[in-house]
Amino acid sequence: MSWGAWTLLVITVSAFIWCALHIREFFPNWDWKYKWLKDLEIFFNRYKKQLAWVMLIFAIITGVYTGILLSAFNARPLWNTSVLGPLFLASGLSAGAAAIVLSSKDKKERILFTKIDLVILATELFLIVHMFMGFMASTQVQIEAAQLFLGGPYTMAFWIFVVMLGIIIPGVLDLMELRGKHIPAALPGILVLMGSFFFRFIFVFAGQVSRWLY
Amino acid sequence: MRYAMAVDTKKCVGCSDCVVACQTENNVPIGFCRDWVVEVIDGTYPQLEVELRSERCNHCENAPCVRCCPTGASHIVEGGIVMVKPNKCIGCGACIASCPYDARYPHPKGYVDKCTFCFHRVKQGMKPACVAVCPTKCMYFGDLDDPNSDLSVMLKRRKHKTLIPEAGTLPQLYFLI
Ligand code: SF4
Ligand code: SF4
Repeated sequence: MSWGAWTLLVITVSAFIWCALHIREFFPNWDWKYKWLKDLEIFFNRYKKQLAWVMLIFAIITGVYTGILLSAFNARPLWNTSVLGPLFLASGLSAGAAAIVLSSKDKKERILFTKIDLVILATELFLIVHMFMGFMASTQVQIEAAQLFLGGPYTMAFWIFVVMLGIIIPGVLDLMELRGKHIPAALPGILVLMGSFFFRFIFVFAGQVSRWLY
Repeated sequence: MRYAMAVDTKKCVGCSDCVVACQTENNVPIGFCRDWVVEVIDGTYPQLEVELRSERCNHCENAPCVRCCPTGASHIVEGGIVMVKPNKCIGCGACIASCPYDARYPHPKGYVDKCTFCFHRVKQGMKPACVAVCPTKCMYFGDLDDPNSDLSVMLKRRKHKTLIPEAGTLPQLYFLI
């Protein structure tokens, strides 16, 4: 699984470069103190499009990586499902869309990303249901892993913080906003971000409890 | 060459000599162990049946710990022995979570440690410390590819099992039952 670690290396560095290229949007009088930094900025500005493509591809790989890494743990039945990769990607993408909605000043952009977020949240909900269906139709160890969320110790945390507050409520709020109803603008974005965080947190913890029986 | 081990659950008396021998041989820090003895009791009194198993890393043919290691510290050496390179290990614990047998432990020095089948002894033609010290001689270590090794002969003669083969790890620690 070292490919994930290499991916993180690429995406972290390119994300920092990308932020540096856009720093004047936030600090208009920014000045790079040294000449070589200025030269670097000119260089990366020239290849900005290529950089964007690299980031796009590596962002997707980073998004699925966590899920694929966890699904490779066959000692932990809860993680050991191929749905986890797409699910982590969907949760990451919805968090990204929510972050853009939160930070963007352009109304049109906000509406576009609200729509995108809505589609991703629906996909995420579908994947969660799909995953539990898969577990319940599988072997005893996976049925018991699913039981952690269906009556077990993580039930409340998962269905309230991840599914209700993290997916369904922000989804409904997004829909209301698109219909022209007035809602607190930042609320859905914050809820989605929190939902994504709790999803990862709860899944990583619950997975370590699930095990083979022998 | 495929190193493996067989443990006779009928001969084992659960004395834990193998555990102490390993801790001494491999300088295992206090409070940890690379091998351990499990006692499984079935039935209700007075119809009881006991199975004693000296367990350790199974040196899996399809090792999830190696697959999940992000740095390549967990690797497979000659004869299929699964090893950890302490200087490459970052102690992330991915391998600990990925082993269905709980065979690894975090060494206080910051890396992950586990049974090596005493590779340092095996290289010199000796047996692993646990096998060498067992007072009932209930453990057999050897090469599965050699049909005349103690191990191959024992596995041909006796009924045996591995632990949770359904986990898909192809474990190479056999229990004679
Ligand atoms: S028993 Fe555990 S540590 Fe040993 S090779 Fe198998 S998965 Fe890895
Ligand atoms: S703890 Fe060490 S050996 Fe285990 S997965 Fe992490 S880097 Fe690899």
